[in-house]
Amino acid sequence: MSDVEIIGLSAAEAAQGIASGELAAGELFEAYRARALEHVAQVGLNCFTWVAPGAPAEPSPGGDGAPGTQGGALHGVPQGGALHGVPLAVKDLFCTENVPSQSGSKILEGYLPPYTATAVSRLTGAGATLLGKTNQDEFAMGSSNENSACGPVLNPWNRERVPGGSSGGSAAAVAAGLAPWALGTDTGGSIRQPAALCGIVGLKPTYGAVSRYGMIAFASSLDQAGPLTRNVTDAALMLRHLVGRDERDATSLTFPEEIALPSAGRLDGIRLGVPKELTGGEGEGIEQGVLDAFNAALHRAGELGAEIVESVRLPHAPHALAAYYVLAPAEASSNLARFDGVRYGLRAERAEDLLDMYTRTRHDGFGPEVKRRIMLGTYALSSGYYDAYYGRAQRVRTKISEDFRTAFDQVDLIVTPTAPTVAFKLGEKTADPLAMYLNDFCTVPMSLAGIPAISIPCGLSEGLPVGLQIAGPAFSENRLLDAAHALELALGFDGSKARV
Amino acid sequence: MRAVIDRDEVLHVARLARLQLSEDEIEPMARELSAVLDHIATIAQLDLEDVAPTTHVVEVSGALRADEPRDSLPREVALAQAPAVSDNGFSVPSPQA
Repeated sequence: MSDVEIIGLSAAEAAQGIASGELAAGELFEAYRARALEHVAQVGLNCFTWVAPGAPAEPSPGGDGAPGTQGGALHGVPQGGALHGVPLAVKDLFCTENVPSQSGSKILEGYLPPYTATAVSRLTGAGATLLGKTNQDEFAMGSSNENSACGPVLNPWNRERVPGGSSGGSAAAVAAGLAPWALGTDTGGSIRQPAALCGIVGLKPTYGAVSRYGMIAFASSLDQAGPLTRNVTDAALMLRHLVGRDERDATSLTFPEEIALPSAGRLDGIRLGVPKELTGGEGEGIEQGVLDAFNAALHRAGELGAEIVESVRLPHAPHALAAYYVLAPAEASSNLARFDGVRYGLRAERAEDLLDMYTRTRHDGFGPEVKRRIMLGTYALSSGYYDAYYGRAQRVRTKISEDFRTAFDQVDLIVTPTAPTVAFKLGEKTADPLAMYLNDFCTVPMSLAGIPAISIPCGLSEGLPVGLQIAGPAFSENRLLDAAHALELALGFDGSKARV
Repeated sequence: MRAVIDRDEVLHVARLARLQLSEDEIEPMARELSAVLDHIATIAQLDLEDVAPTTHVVEVSGALRADEPRDSLPREVALAQAPAVSDNGFSVPSPQA
């Protein structure tokens, strides 16, 4: 097979090709590694923060995943396994043993974790090989990938535009064909929004479906790992190997059924709810081009047999963003307290005493957005403000979950645009934090409710991809993937134009 | 509720957060936090009188494992990434100069 043919394969097709002997795992890995390296060398899209130094070595025996014992698994050539050596790009914030993991932050420059995140070891355990680590917004705080100590990522559809964030490196790498697929994380939209802006598929699973062990934490009650892929089948394939209870994450759960590879081509009998609060009726600032592509996709869904229900309501969804920007920074201010220059990462030189060392290390190591969120979270949790901010936000979260429960009595799935705009220009929103936060308007409600949601490309506006978000009740991933698959087939979006 | 954060409040919160701010970071921080808190203030209008706060979105029971001793990271591995080490421990500046 030629390199062009190899790069043209989806992850599932590549796994199939290796299984049937048409393709060698080493050939596949080298084809991607050469492309990824070329991009690092020439600056390129700046997707990667690290690329595997060579072809994977022979696997080391044993390694049950206990801390400090799984070194071989990351670099080993898989012998069989359902994923058959398909290369995997991994967002920087997943700890990977002895491989740089700095979560896009200067404060973790040079950090080499002594263990590997469960999500990564599950996939390598099933036969995937680690191709590289991908750029991201610092500590996953951002919607444009401009908040990275490693510099911004460029959108492969238009290099003057952002790829979205915070999993911007993962999304751009998959869209540009620099990786067959990638692992990302989503706290308020960080998988779905960059997937939408880069014209690929991104899935945020039900909270608890995937272990958070080894993810450098942002907001623990919201963070979830999930796939960024070229198509819905690949998302299902990766998710199948990601889900499951992990005793190292007490919030992880046994997924109630196996994740199936989707096969649906119709939507007969499926009730799709279109809540006006998130779809432009009363939604804030959704671009006309995005609405046009969204409405055209809804029309296709109707032709496939879906019943479009416009009377469904999510009355508290417009307040989700406000609640999120209390809860997520509050959790972040607590999680990021660990970066103090004592156990790992950066330490400021010439400190006068211990307190001075802490405050100067954090001054030098954190970027502006992370400082802002730590300040916001600390303020919201501080004496005298706790009830007005954190306490109220937690109650709003309850109302949002209730809204979804009520809605899912009336409809099977809820559809919205994934992001209010197409990819915007680099620098366009960096001066106004609130304008940047509004990118998460359509994705944050699902995050607060802990329910699964997928973004699939549904068309172009101004030559840039538009994402359609489909959300369902907790653990409805199979239904979600089936509906997304049927729509994907009918819409026939061509993402190959972004491959470089 | 209209939240306006002034310079003194920024410095107070920064102290709580163990975060030093440069002189040129203080005024923008006050302005930006005020703008975000202004948006957040919309939730003050909601009637949330009898609403229970969410502590966890998905019900989990029996999440605790058996409390049995097991191996953890070896000391030298745990110390390997530390900026300063002495006497087999993390080394830090004196609490008081």
